[in-house]
Amino acid sequence: MKEVAIIGIGMTKWGELWEKSIRDLTTEAALKCLDDAGVDKVDTITVGAMSGGLFNGQEHLASIAADYLGQRFVPATRVESACASGGLAVKTAYMEVASGLAQYALAIGVEKMTDVDGGEATFALATAADQDYEAFHGITFPGLYAMMAYAHMEKYGTTLEQLAQPAVKNHTNGSMNPNAQFPFKVTLEQVMNSTKVADPLRLLHCSPITDGAAAVLLAPVEVAKKMNKPYAVIIGIGHATDSIALCQRKDLCKLDAVEQAAQRALKMAGKTIKDIDFAEVHDCFTIAEIMVMEALGVVEPGQGGPACMDGLTALDGKFPINPSGGLKSKGHPVGATGVAQIYETVSQLRGEAGDRQVKNAGIGMTQNMGGSGASSITHILEARS
Amino acid sequence: MNMHVPRHWREIPKRYRMEAGKCKKCGSIQFPARLICPDCSAREFETIRLSGKGKLTTYTVIRVAPSGFGDLTPYAVAIVKLDEGIQVMGQVCDCDPETLKIGDPVATQFRRMNEEGKTGMLIYGFKFVPDLGL
Repeated sequence: MKEVAIIGIGMTKWGELWEKSIRDLTTEAALKCLDDAGVDKVDTITVGAMSGGLFNGQEHLASIAADYLGQRFVPATRVESACASGGLAVKTAYMEVASGLAQYALAIGVEKMTDVDGGEATFALATAADQDYEAFHGITFPGLYAMMAYAHMEKYGTTLEQLAQPAVKNHTNGSMNPNAQFPFKVTLEQVMNSTKVADPLRLLHCSPITDGAAAVLLAPVEVAKKMNKPYAVIIGIGHATDSIALCQRKDLCKLDAVEQAAQRALKMAGKTIKDIDFAEVHDCFTIAEIMVMEALGVVEPGQGGPACMDGLTALDGKFPINPSGGLKSKGHPVGATGVAQIYETVSQLRGEAGDRQVKNAGIGMTQNMGGSGASSITHILEARS
Repeated sequence: MNMHVPRHWREIPKRYRMEAGKCKKCGSIQFPARLICPDCSAREFETIRLSGKGKLTTYTVIRVAPSGFGDLTPYAVAIVKLDEGIQVMGQVCDCDPETLKIGDPVATQFRRMNEEGKTGMLIYGFKFVPDLGL
């Protein structure tokens, strides 16, 4: 297999973008990415999107992407793994380049979620759960993670303060991200007193509904070397699945797919978690960030909550998590999230992250999760120049 | 979203009677029944009915509902470990959701879940209620 580099990145501003359609967002992010790379034409396009059908009444998003990028006739594929669709798009583009099928592979992640009202959006998101045996009972995604939160509190003594802390930290980081949907700080008290959504989770424990897109361009390392500027190399990829229904997991406090995907990525890279300098993880809810920290091996099981309070994962901590602001502050246009995690990681590795730059960022990890942990994709990126 | 009647009708054995599959080789119980056992890969099962009795493994109180459930808020949804040792999801009703605790005993009852579409098709299934041991 060929070594694969990321030679271009682009993303739109994220938020409630009433004036922009899904095709506008797709095209804007992709053009920024191609401009960043200085590449006009690509060999293949992969679009990660969860549900153009339910959010916009529009499927066949890969052909729209090729068409509106002025690249008709290019092979284009849309991939879906719920909220991990973006990570899957990057993995798919990686396979195209690594196998030698394509030289320039463009991966785009997009979701336009505000074309429907909140109830319809909640329904659309809930299709990532088991329709017949979970959504049938009126469960929501906040509800599924809320059940994990109560189980984690019962088993490990995780407190409501600990549960709120990742939101405070991620909003602090996001306040320095000009592309973030909510680029402002929040206090522990604001999080703990916000409106209840699904007990014990409140509004400020939850990632928002967002419109946005991100894109990255992949090419063989030999191509990147000729560009005379910093780039990132994908040195590890891991991908795993788990039961679609949360209730069928033996331990509700453990994200097995996240652990397995991370272990596979680390093995491929020949690294351990101690070699990783920072990570962008899937904090769709604050409890998810706590449980992901444990599944990645950043801390022991049950220690995620206390570690958040100790500042382990802060921007100046020993293991910075979500320097971008994470899903919580940056926003969570579901299909775009996995690609935007790569965008942020490459920005950090190139030393272009401005005020939120992680010091000595040499190796970064991404973790993108689908459903209640029924799929997870991890990429490990290394800085090169 | 409006589904045709068979989308619901074919689920009746599970929703009304809690029918599950018991693996003839390793004895593991699967709800819903499967074609292949995830524990031992055997493909022969006998159909059993679950007791519907168990204890709360975890729960939540839904305050922001998906479309179709808005009238019920706030309502509790739990993962229940049944006496048979497997876990299933269901609403917990006939109680103050604020007073629920992990470990609480519950039993199932046949209930109306919601109504769907312009025709108002009624959807039935099981819900949990506090098990008072009566």
